[in-house]
Amino acid sequence: MKLHEYQAKQVFADAGVPTPDSQLASDVDGVVAAAEEIGYPVAVKAQVQVGGRGKAGGIKLVEDEDEAREAAESILGMDLKGYHVDRVLVEEAVDFVNELYVGITMDRGEGKPVAMVSTKGGVNIEEVAEEDPEAIAREHIDPSFGMHPYQARKAVYDAGVDQSVARDVSSVLTTLYELWDEKDGSDAEINPLMVTSDGEVIAADAVMNIDEDALFRQPELAEMEEEAAGGDELEQKADEYGFDYVRLDGNVGIIGNGAGLVMTTLDLVDHYGGQPANFLDVGGGAKAARIANALDMVFSDDNVDSVVFNIFGGITRGDEVARGINEALEQFDEIPKPVVVRLAGTNWEEGMDILNEDLVTVEQTLEDAVQRAVEYADEVTEQ
Amino acid sequence: MSVLVDDDTRVVVQGITGGEGKFHAEQMMEYGTNVVAGAVPGKGGQEAAGVPVYDTVHEAVEEENADTSVIFVPPAFAGDAIFESLDADLDLAVAITEGIPTQDMARVNKRLSETDTRLIGPNCPGLITPGEAKLGILPGNIFSEGNVGLVSRSGTLTYQVVDSLTSRGIGQTTAIGIGGDPIIGTDFVDALELFEDDPDTDAIVMCGEIGGEDEEEAAAFIDDYVDTPVAGFIAGRTAPPGKRMGHAGAIVSGSGTGTAESKISALNDAGVPVGDTPEEVADHIEGYLE
Repeated sequence: MKLHEYQAKQVFADAGVPTPDSQLASDVDGVVAAAEEIGYPVAVKAQVQVGGRGKAGGIKLVEDEDEAREAAESILGMDLKGYHVDRVLVEEAVDFVNELYVGITMDRGEGKPVAMVSTKGGVNIEEVAEEDPEAIAREHIDPSFGMHPYQARKAVYDAGVDQSVARDVSSVLTTLYELWDEKDGSDAEINPLMVTSDGEVIAADAVMNIDEDALFRQPELAEMEEEAAGGDELEQKADEYGFDYVRLDGNVGIIGNGAGLVMTTLDLVDHYGGQPANFLDVGGGAKAARIANALDMVFSDDNVDSVVFNIFGGITRGDEVARGINEALEQFDEIPKPVVVRLAGTNWEEGMDILNEDLVTVEQTLEDAVQRAVEYADEVTEQ
Repeated sequence: MSVLVDDDTRVVVQGITGGEGKFHAEQMMEYGTNVVAGAVPGKGGQEAAGVPVYDTVHEAVEEENADTSVIFVPPAFAGDAIFESLDADLDLAVAITEGIPTQDMARVNKRLSETDTRLIGPNCPGLITPGEAKLGILPGNIFSEGNVGLVSRSGTLTYQVVDSLTSRGIGQTTAIGIGGDPIIGTDFVDALELFEDDPDTDAIVMCGEIGGEDEEEAAAFIDDYVDTPVAGFIAGRTAPPGKRMGHAGAIVSGSGTGTAESKISALNDAGVPVGDTPEEVADHIEGYLE
């Protein structure tokens, strides 16, 4: 789960990280009022969960009311990489001399958290990592002990941060680790951490991603998730149903059980010349109602022209799946999109007996099922 | 022969009184697994799935000589359950639980480096030595005895590949599901090493997926140390960057690490063919065994 910039900044500020004066606004007058109160110049920043907001026109620096109004009009309501912008953060523009990067993430290869500091802030840090890995100082942390004070200092000095601000940057890094640890962060980042001409450090952006699997013990953040929700309508619907779902650009809808097998089904659709419309994993042990919900999800995607259902039962039972498919399809006078079903594993024979073959096409193998679904989708496209 | 589990393995099921724990304890016993005890705090003295339940794993070890645990404990408590099995000095702990917070697993990982216990999982289907024993939730009926070792990050993908093998009359020594989380115990390299050392394993299937760099590390290991022929499969070729494809670990980062291309080319460079479909993987294995 990703927090919005304004939410992450609030979390950081509450923990004592210096952040610029800012206010959230959702209409043009609100932006102007906020800007007047903070004092020009201000930055108007779209609050959506995508990277590269600046380049995409989602962040504007304004000097006066006319510019503020113009920026608000262009940013509010805009479509930013598929996300509708309905709120902006109006923020004091910081006069900086340097831009640093500080971040904490989980190094999955090492199985340990890692603290990172770089003097190359203000740009895409992943590009820095690629092109100039030496420019990022890294310090692995023992998760059962926490970050030693010397580790924060070492990372800061190794990165070549100027001595005059080293103490303040170490302190921000320490706070960032404590927050990451306490809030079950997956990533916590400040990029840029600006150094002002007065030698102060200030967090001009804030990223805080939370481990979804830990939200049960982070009730305050789970509430923020409600607020942060946004983006694709179908992905929101999938959240409600509790499915792992990712929307893609193609027209072959895909439903299956188990992440690896669903990914494989997507890959096979591509392999046989089709284009996957989505990833939908019903999870293990899905009962009939859940199967029916999955079909409802995929049918409600207008891009979908055919659906392939691929279930290999371990704890999921073929008879339950078949009942769910029947239930979902029997409510239609006419099946909205052709459905191809392949059942294997636990109780697949019972499932085959139950499936109403007037409503679906049954295939015995994964390869045949995928090819058939691609053919159906192609037929629709050709019409 | 086999690796890690056979009919001598003495199993304690942590969480045996829960729905999943009880069901799968019974399924494991039906398959032939020697389940000797359950461990559930507060349920000591009861019986579940026909075996005695103890309050702690330590008691199950003392009273029933358990040497392996299978963990069906809800995610909020599963990290602690793994710590308990490590502290009880078992040979093997298999964590089936999906959704354990990653920071809990980082702490487990640290402790793991200080003990001799091997961990499989979490978020995995477990492992099976066909005809002898299974630890976890794999459907026993699709496996058959034979000479192919299989290691995979995904449960149902394992079933798919095994089905392709079994239907051609190719059986397995042991199949290990290592799990789809970012931080896991036994990884590809560990499993490959076990199969390489097993005299009865004549070929190895390795099913990876996008995310992380474990497959690349495995490729380097195969190149240096593995003589047994290996065929691979990588799921997630069509996954867009930045989207988590179900498994917490299955994500291509924004900068492009963890892609299927990178893994496939690393494996190819190590002389490992990677099938475009699960059937092609079975083709390669069939070729090795001829």
